[in-house]
Amino acid sequence: MMKYTESHEWIKLDGDVATVGISDYAAKALGDVVFVELPGVGDDVDAGGELAVVESVKAASEVYAPIAGEVTAVNDALEAAPETVNAAPTEGGWFVKMTVADASALDALMDEDAYKDYCAGL
Amino acid sequence: MNNQGRPTAPDAANTNTLAPKTHSGNQALNQAVQLIFEVGDLATTGIDLPQPKGTKSRLGDQARKGPIGLPGLSEPETMRHYVRLSQKNYAIDLGVYPLGSCTMKHNPRLNEKVARMPGFADVHPLQPIATVQGALELMSELSHWLMTLCNMPAVALTPKAGAHGELCGMMAIRARLDADGQTQRRRVLVPESAHGTNPATAVQCGFTVDEIPASGDGRVNLDALKARIDSNPDDVAGIMLTNPNTCGLFERDIIEIADAIHAAGGYFYCDGANFNALVGRVRPGDLGVDAMHINLHKTFSTPHGGGGPGSGPTVLSDALKDYAPVPYVVQTKEGYDLVENADDKSFGRMCAFHGQMGMYSRALTYMMSHGSDGLRQATEDAVLNANYVQASLSDVMTPAFGGVCMHEALFDDRFLKDTGVDTLDFAKAMIDEGYHPMTMYFPLVVHGAMLIEPTESESKQELDRFIGSMRHLAEKAKAGNVEMFKQAPVYAPMRRLDETQAARKPVLRWVEPEEVGVAAE
Ligand SMILES: Cc1ncc(COP(=O)(O)O)c(C=O)c1O
Repeated sequence: MMKYTESHEWIKLDGDVATVGISDYAAKALGDVVFVELPGVGDDVDAGGELAVVESVKAASEVYAPIAGEVTAVNDALEAAPETVNAAPTEGGWFVKMTVADASALDALMDEDAYKDYCAGL
Repeated sequence: MNNQGRPTAPDAANTNTLAPKTHSGNQALNQAVQLIFEVGDLATTGIDLPQPKGTKSRLGDQARKGPIGLPGLSEPETMRHYVRLSQKNYAIDLGVYPLGSCTMKHNPRLNEKVARMPGFADVHPLQPIATVQGALELMSELSHWLMTLCNMPAVALTPKAGAHGELCGMMAIRARLDADGQTQRRRVLVPESAHGTNPATAVQCGFTVDEIPASGDGRVNLDALKARIDSNPDDVAGIMLTNPNTCGLFERDIIEIADAIHAAGGYFYCDGANFNALVGRVRPGDLGVDAMHINLHKTFSTPHGGGGPGSGPTVLSDALKDYAPVPYVVQTKEGYDLVENADDKSFGRMCAFHGQMGMYSRALTYMMSHGSDGLRQATEDAVLNANYVQASLSDVMTPAFGGVCMHEALFDDRFLKDTGVDTLDFAKAMIDEGYHPMTMYFPLVVHGAMLIEPTESESKQELDRFIGSMRHLAEKAKAGNVEMFKQAPVYAPMRRLDETQAARKPVLRWVEPEEVGVAAE
């Protein structure tokens, strides 16, 4: 199941590996993404720590790690095709895969419905 | 279309069926502009000198073998190329330039006259000190004015722009912290509405940035700031705060903020980019500022933004003045002298020489020709103009925050909700109206931000015309004229450019069309 943060990242747990990206709302708000800077495989990240940088025609912003863990893979394809973040933010536009230090940390994040309500209130 | 498949001619006016498509691509005075490589060609040369007789090259195998790859243009062709380009340029000398956070004020012609005086314009930085006394006096006088306006005891003139001044101030803070053995202070607090150069500077100086959230009224959230300081006062190196901030609002709690930072043992860097709202009314030294850059190119009317270089003198408090960079001007019994060598406190040198002389002469001319009363009036007029714009547009556009603003008026895009028009489209339509668009999508804390800074240069009549255009566009958007906005600009020579592709796949080098063909195969 997909979970969301207030800073508009999504995270999806698959066994013991989590995939992280930015939400459709975030991709729309950013506008056309022109550059994505990804972390190194093997980097340790804290919950709320900087995970990646995404740059659009309007702004550059940070992508934060929804939970703590170690980066196990990054979506290199975004380097050549940053537009994937706009076209398919929750699929081909994923940013990193990471281990999950503590799966219960996911419980604190919003589910789909809660996130929808959260965005509607922004 | 030119030979690279790039449209060169304006086709907008062609909605008028009476306007013929011209063979040349020109439209009367609106001349099509080719790339300089397309004006000349690589096989010709504009200057054809005979081979000098009786000389022998000593370049050996260093001598160039192939052609240099630059187009050969004659002098008239070159002149025309640049004149045509210049005619497509928007400038403060052409119309209102309401680019927020940039203070695009008029550059008085008197500045230019003074800057061209040979004693200022034709000096060389390595000239003997005795031969440049006038230039040094000017720098000393400028320093005096800046220190007086800021009520600060020192100023480093050399920084070459605002961001460079930030670097200067933060390096001075770091030098002081290191000298005091406070090497655990490596955190710099930066409000979320800050200009991107603030966090970038902090990181460049080896600090880590902690973002401080804004409160609902667009100012620093004092409680959040204090909570952050209290959580670990010992790691705080300082704060970087802009005042008025990038929302055009005065940070009312600035003295309390300064006190809190000082009590924690940190320093207060103030981003002085918006000093045009304060000159003659508020002295940063009285607010507890330890370092602040002044964008001479904004506040003190030196041409910038394609018109000229920046200059970012940085004033320093008692706590930091010993750490100032070299070189700087001192007055001795014999005249003016330059201190070139850093003592053990100064953090060193930021530039090879003494900074932007041409900006110093213009800025000082502006100050002296206005006088202290004139500078204060300019400040008041700048704030009045911004408030006039905000008040005149409040019923058709949506100000981001309530209440009076300082020198710039900030709107968000709520008034465009459900119109299908966004901030970018609105800005493009302003181009058709003949105005340089306002700053857009900055500050980031405001959705679809439109930041308008009219400066004191505009008369009421000029502002009324500008306001008229803005009202017209806001009403058109609300009336459902989406297509007009999506098409805009239709009167600009190049229509709407593909900014996304330009950022994703920038073409930075001209390549010969044949090569393009080869590469495509
Ligand atoms: C608030 C603010 N800070 C800093 C700067 C940086 O100044 P400069 O462009 O002269 O480096 C700017 C310039 O646009 C600014 O608006």
